[in-house]
Amino acid sequence: MNKIWNEAKECMSRDEMSVLQSKRLKKQVDYVYHNVEHYRKKMQSVGLEPGDINGIEDLNKLPYTTKDDLRDTYPFGLFAAPQSEIVRIHASSGTTGKATVVGYTRRDIEIWSECVSRALTMCGLGRNDIVQVAYGYGLFTGGLGAHYGVENLGATVVPMSTGNTKKLITMMKDFGATGIMCTPSYLLHIAETIIENGDLENIKLRAAVCGAEPWTEKMRLQIEEKLHLNCHDIYGLSEIMGPGVACDCELHQGLHIQEDHFLPEIISPETLEPIGENELGELVFTTLTKEGIPLIRYRTKDLTSITRCSCGCGRTTARIARFKGRSDDMLILRGVNVFPSQIEAALLELSETLPHYMIIIDRVNNLDTIEVQVEVEERFFSDEIKELEKLTKRIEGVIKQAIGLAVKVKLVEPKTLDRSEGKSVHVIDHRVFD
Amino acid sequence: MFLKQVSVFLENADGRLGSALNVLKNENINIISLSLADTTEFGMLRMIVSDPEKAKTALKSAGLSAHLTDVFAIKLPHVVGSLQSVVETISKAGINIEYMYALSTKDENACIVIKPADKEACAKALEGMKLDFVTDDMIKNF
Repeated sequence: MNKIWNEAKECMSRDEMSVLQSKRLKKQVDYVYHNVEHYRKKMQSVGLEPGDINGIEDLNKLPYTTKDDLRDTYPFGLFAAPQSEIVRIHASSGTTGKATVVGYTRRDIEIWSECVSRALTMCGLGRNDIVQVAYGYGLFTGGLGAHYGVENLGATVVPMSTGNTKKLITMMKDFGATGIMCTPSYLLHIAETIIENGDLENIKLRAAVCGAEPWTEKMRLQIEEKLHLNCHDIYGLSEIMGPGVACDCELHQGLHIQEDHFLPEIISPETLEPIGENELGELVFTTLTKEGIPLIRYRTKDLTSITRCSCGCGRTTARIARFKGRSDDMLILRGVNVFPSQIEAALLELSETLPHYMIIIDRVNNLDTIEVQVEVEERFFSDEIKELEKLTKRIEGVIKQAIGLAVKVKLVEPKTLDRSEGKSVHVIDHRVFD
Repeated sequence: MFLKQVSVFLENADGRLGSALNVLKNENINIISLSLADTTEFGMLRMIVSDPEKAKTALKSAGLSAHLTDVFAIKLPHVVGSLQSVVETISKAGINIEYMYALSTKDENACIVIKPADKEACAKALEGMKLDFVTDDMIKNF
């Protein structure tokens, strides 16, 4: 069995956990009410005061938070701590192209690092390991979040970021790296490159900690088989913290949530009522110790189920099952959140009316590919090929600007794309996640 | 001086050319000449037809992207250098040729279709050459 980083918290009895969560929830609600105007108004509008929340049994009284709340209060409206206490900002895509901005106090960063350290310990990593972090560094929480966790663990972090697979593999061999953190599709790509080059015997990887995009159990086993290591699933979202909110242990029976910091619920996305254990629904989190941007009942839109029975690894924390999809239209492409509406807005920039378009997503050699098909209508028509190729490049340019990812644009004949009644389908996702 | 050409945007896929040609057949439109330019993703079908306006309308109502473009169709004798002198005149005037292809004729002359970047400037440049142009009114009985 792998070690446990914080036995006192990760293995406490369910009763003790409920007491701790209740105490922290009460404090968090009080803190939010007195420091965030948006939340105060939201609570007042349903006649709630902090005194009405006495424990986790009262959670259901509190209103939900969605990405819209973050958008409406852009950029710092939901921050509870003054700017002088905020030591870092991260951001991810919002539905309308406006970023979702989150802020961390020094203590938030410490707790985040602690959560990542717990996850890495679950994966069998410790201070004697050398871990390459190959998530993107920057506004995305993946890179820096993983980085601080590895440092906090006492292991040696190699901040690779993304984009140079050749250098990553060279350093993996030369440094004798034993751990890697990146998106699963990127790791499969790395694995294939290693095998192609006949380098498998020269690498010492023992554990991989993958996340930031939807993937399958099959992919996880494929990675383990190809690289002869243990591959783990780490989950997180910037609104709540970043990677490390949950991670699976060596038994791979669901992802252990760091429940002393993040209170999970599963609700029906239709009725918005909480639903029972082991039933599929939308995952909702309430932060319990957050200072920078505490969120109450934040709807993640991720579909999963939860179990609270204890795990063979010794941990008692609640576990969530592998994700089954999302309850909104957000796409996760190469680890980046993309909303079809962002692509739509970019196409609108090209002319006053929106052209008919279709987004086709696939996974080729384990990397997500994005093709945007645009109908050649009257206003785009030119009988000169160089003009059409220029148009293609221009469309590719505005989309890349909007979503931060390179896409391939394909011009198609008019009236060949779907025009179903009502809300037409604009996305075809060929990736398989079962 | 000009001749109307029909241009059709086609996806580079099975059966696309056939469906465009079907439309013309059903409308009893004769194709006098054509050129098909292709890229990996799409093709551009350019045609000189017996009735370009009717062809455009029919293709459009069949859901295809069709347009009319003014081109020059110049009759050239089968003599060495006759095409060269035309191209030289156009290029000396600083006008770029976007594309060109041959137009089939019944008489003993050859005929070339030219699409210049600037048609007005090109018309001016060719004015002094005493060339024989095929124009819209001639094409019906070509």
